[in-house]
Amino acid sequence: MQVVRSHQSHSTFSSSTGSVSASPTLPLYRSAPELEVRLEDFESFAVDRLRVLKGISDGLSRGKKPDEMEKLVNELWKTNMRHQDSSQVLNKDIISHFVLRLVYCRTEELRKWFLSMESALFRHRFRNQTAEAQRAIMEEFDLPCKAVSNAEFESLKEKLGQVARSIGHNHSLPTADAIYYKVPFEEVPELVAGRKVFINQGYAYVAMNQVVSLVATIFRSLLSKALILTNRKWATSIREQEQHRLTPIVEALCSSYLGPDYSQPKEYGEISLKDIDQLAKSSFPLCMRHLYEKLREDHHLKHAGRMQLGLFLKGVGLNVDDSLAFWREEFSKKVGLEKFEKNYAYNIRHNYGKEGKKTDYTPYSCQKIILSTPGVGDHHGCPYRHFGEENLRAALSRMGVNSRAMEDVMGKVRNRDYQLACTLTFEALHAAPCDAGINHPNQYFSDSQKLLKAKKDSSA
Amino acid sequence: MTRQGAQEESDNMLIDEPQLPQRAQIAALPDEFNPSYLKLYYSKLFPHSDLYRWMSYGNDGKHPGCDSSYLGRREFSYTLDNDIFVRYNTFNSAAELENSIKEKCPLKIDIGPIYNLNPANRNAYAGDNVLTPVERELIFDIDMTDYDDVRYCCSGADVCLDCWPLMTVAIKVIDTSLRDDFGFRHILWVYSGRRGVHCWVCDRKARWLTNEQRAAVADYFRVYKGNENSNKKVTLMGQVLHPFLARSYTEVLKEYFETKLLTSQNILSSEERYEKILDMIPDQSIASELRAKWQDGRRSSSAKEDINIVRWEQLKQLLQRHKAQGVRRCVEEIVFTFTYPRLDMEVSKHMNHLLKAPFCVHPKTGRVCVPIDPNNCEEFDPTTVPTLTQLLEELNREGFRSDVEGEWNKTSLGNAIKLFRSSFLQPLLKSCKEEMESSYNAKLQQSKNLLSW
Ligand code: SF4
Ligand SMILES: [Zn+2]
Repeated sequence: MQVVRSHQSHSTFSSSTGSVSASPTLPLYRSAPELEVRLEDFESFAVDRLRVLKGISDGLSRGKKPDEMEKLVNELWKTNMRHQDSSQVLNKDIISHFVLRLVYCRTEELRKWFLSMESALFRHRFRNQTAEAQRAIMEEFDLPCKAVSNAEFESLKEKLGQVARSIGHNHSLPTADAIYYKVPFEEVPELVAGRKVFINQGYAYVAMNQVVSLVATIFRSLLSKALILTNRKWATSIREQEQHRLTPIVEALCSSYLGPDYSQPKEYGEISLKDIDQLAKSSFPLCMRHLYEKLREDHHLKHAGRMQLGLFLKGVGLNVDDSLAFWREEFSKKVGLEKFEKNYAYNIRHNYGKEGKKTDYTPYSCQKIILSTPGVGDHHGCPYRHFGEENLRAALSRMGVNSRAMEDVMGKVRNRDYQLACTLTFEALHAAPCDAGINHPNQYFSDSQKLLKAKKDSSA
Repeated sequence: MTRQGAQEESDNMLIDEPQLPQRAQIAALPDEFNPSYLKLYYSKLFPHSDLYRWMSYGNDGKHPGCDSSYLGRREFSYTLDNDIFVRYNTFNSAAELENSIKEKCPLKIDIGPIYNLNPANRNAYAGDNVLTPVERELIFDIDMTDYDDVRYCCSGADVCLDCWPLMTVAIKVIDTSLRDDFGFRHILWVYSGRRGVHCWVCDRKARWLTNEQRAAVADYFRVYKGNENSNKKVTLMGQVLHPFLARSYTEVLKEYFETKLLTSQNILSSEERYEKILDMIPDQSIASELRAKWQDGRRSSSAKEDINIVRWEQLKQLLQRHKAQGVRRCVEEIVFTFTYPRLDMEVSKHMNHLLKAPFCVHPKTGRVCVPIDPNNCEEFDPTTVPTLTQLLEELNREGFRSDVEGEWNKTSLGNAIKLFRSSFLQPLLKSCKEEMESSYNAKLQQSKNLLSW
């Protein structure tokens, strides 16, 4: 794949690329396509695909049922992966996938996330293929399985029927023309785990309507290997070669936040310094509350903490003068007034001066905060991710989370669904649903304010 | 004098003075486990070379396909006196392994995975060279404490012949499935020394399973859902049972429940106990009908028949002719609840879990972790497993010489070691050899093909 400046025209696929010929609608992404991509497409396609993957991730962590997921993925794909030029739809699919490989190859954690979301997406799309297309994909994957012969089928018919009935597939009882695949059991771990297949002498007998699981396993393991290779390539050459062009885009993409822009307080205008204590209690998410309390306690925060809290306060509507006053009041208790003006004030003004464009000066999203790596003496980061269990429990109960909600929250934390844990906290504290989920600390704040205002209005 | 020194001295006394009157010696051996006897056990009885040959999986031979780094990448960890836990011991030869065990005299030896690199040098690796487990037997750990809600004879760490059949059931169910369903051949069952059993699946394919695949096998065996706070722990879904569950039920569970556990555990004898079972019945009217019958006391049943059996038959009759399938299924659910194996899932799911080596001596009971023959597991009796004290007495009685090792033949450990060799080690090593041969030939063939291009 070659990325070109926008004024250059881009060519379409050379027809020799194996990855497209297998199935016209569901590419397997076996090798990077030979085509040129315009720089702006490079980024915008990736962002569109990212919206799909993030939507899937959100749906899964909210525990949506299979049929709900089905609908959700359909929706996400339709809204984000369109292209006005229909001949470009497939290109967009492939380009966006390969760009995100670059973005998500770089750490174990990123790879893991990308791998599960892409596999979920693939699984969904595979299921919607025609039987013929499905078979073509299986052939393309060179599946290590063979259809069960007639004689073998006859001898196992009873057991296969027993399995089908045990999982409620009554309508698909094995008939004479049923196709079963015989595969080593370790190729279909998910079917084995659910006792959804008959297993005999090391082989699992997979019904045609179950092959998606087999195919998805292979898709996943190929992609997993590919990501490691991409990572190597990235580290050894691409990052260096592209340091002025693609590298910044790639590095920004994984922490990019796709929700609304909170850099300018819109909805509630300004907040004033005297309200801030009250607001911290009622409407700050835990990450900000913690920074805020630590600042009040220690009269100091390290740089990353100042950035996380300072930009949040900017987004919440604290103007530059109040902000200076706020930080001055605390810091001067520790470092003295003079040192504050000399060492810190500039930075705070700077945060306000360069609004807009630069990602660094917009309030941090949850994604970015969660991926940060606080060290000794740091208080920034997301408590759901970075606190130990005990500290987190204590912090939550200080916030007023009751013990029942606490267990739900801790359950999500254990599953590493930090944002969902935060969402449940929000819901418990406000006794109101938060369907969109928490994606941004400033969204937490504004959602909370909205609810509180509504409550006040209705009681007035 | 150091403690270590003191121990050596007392051991030497035992070794050097076999001419002492036997009676005096027997009396001198206290009944409980005594760490100072371990040294003698490790030097005279512990089957070092068998452990070595097993762990080498054929790589200790002269075949050009042997991987000489193989054993050295395997983690052994020791629990020493004073609860000191030493991980990442590695050995490159039979002698190193044996000398280390004899010298350190560990209370417990655990076997870990084989890593990509020698774990003893783990601190020297940096960057991409992270220590990762690459190979590990598929293991299962079944512990009687997990059955405390379905056994009334003992609880916690204790076992007796009334509850041990639960382990027999577990061995039968899991062993059959590992062989018939998963196609494994080289399976070792070991008594854990106190209240449970361990299982080692050593086929090449099993050793190479990923964590996800291990979890899948473990989940295949799992029927317990839910938590402490729900009565019905087993939920069997679907119109019929999966063939594995159906076979386990008809071939093992049902029989053990009806002919052994029902009466030995007095599962339906008292109100407190039968209420637990009535709670599992989804149809309230049936539960009340049975309750009314049973509260009536013994009058209605003939004195000759066991009350548990009578009540079980009554329960079955009412449930099995019910029109709702969920109610009929309840009979099976009760049997599963009281008999089906309960695995420690975490142990099986991760390659890096440690598991106690066979032939260790349990420090609390003094019993040796001997292999169990799955084909005759109903004959296994945990209360007659040789103890350290007993073995040393046998040695003393026989009279032994300080220059001869491996005298297990003269003791009751002999049968255990023979079983280990004949039913597990020899067939395993034979397969290893064949596999090595064929993979080596395949490689040769491949390189030949490359050359001819
Ligand atoms: S999930 Fe987001 S808002 Fe909530 S605590 Fe973490 S970073 Fe803050
Ligand atoms: Zn007992």
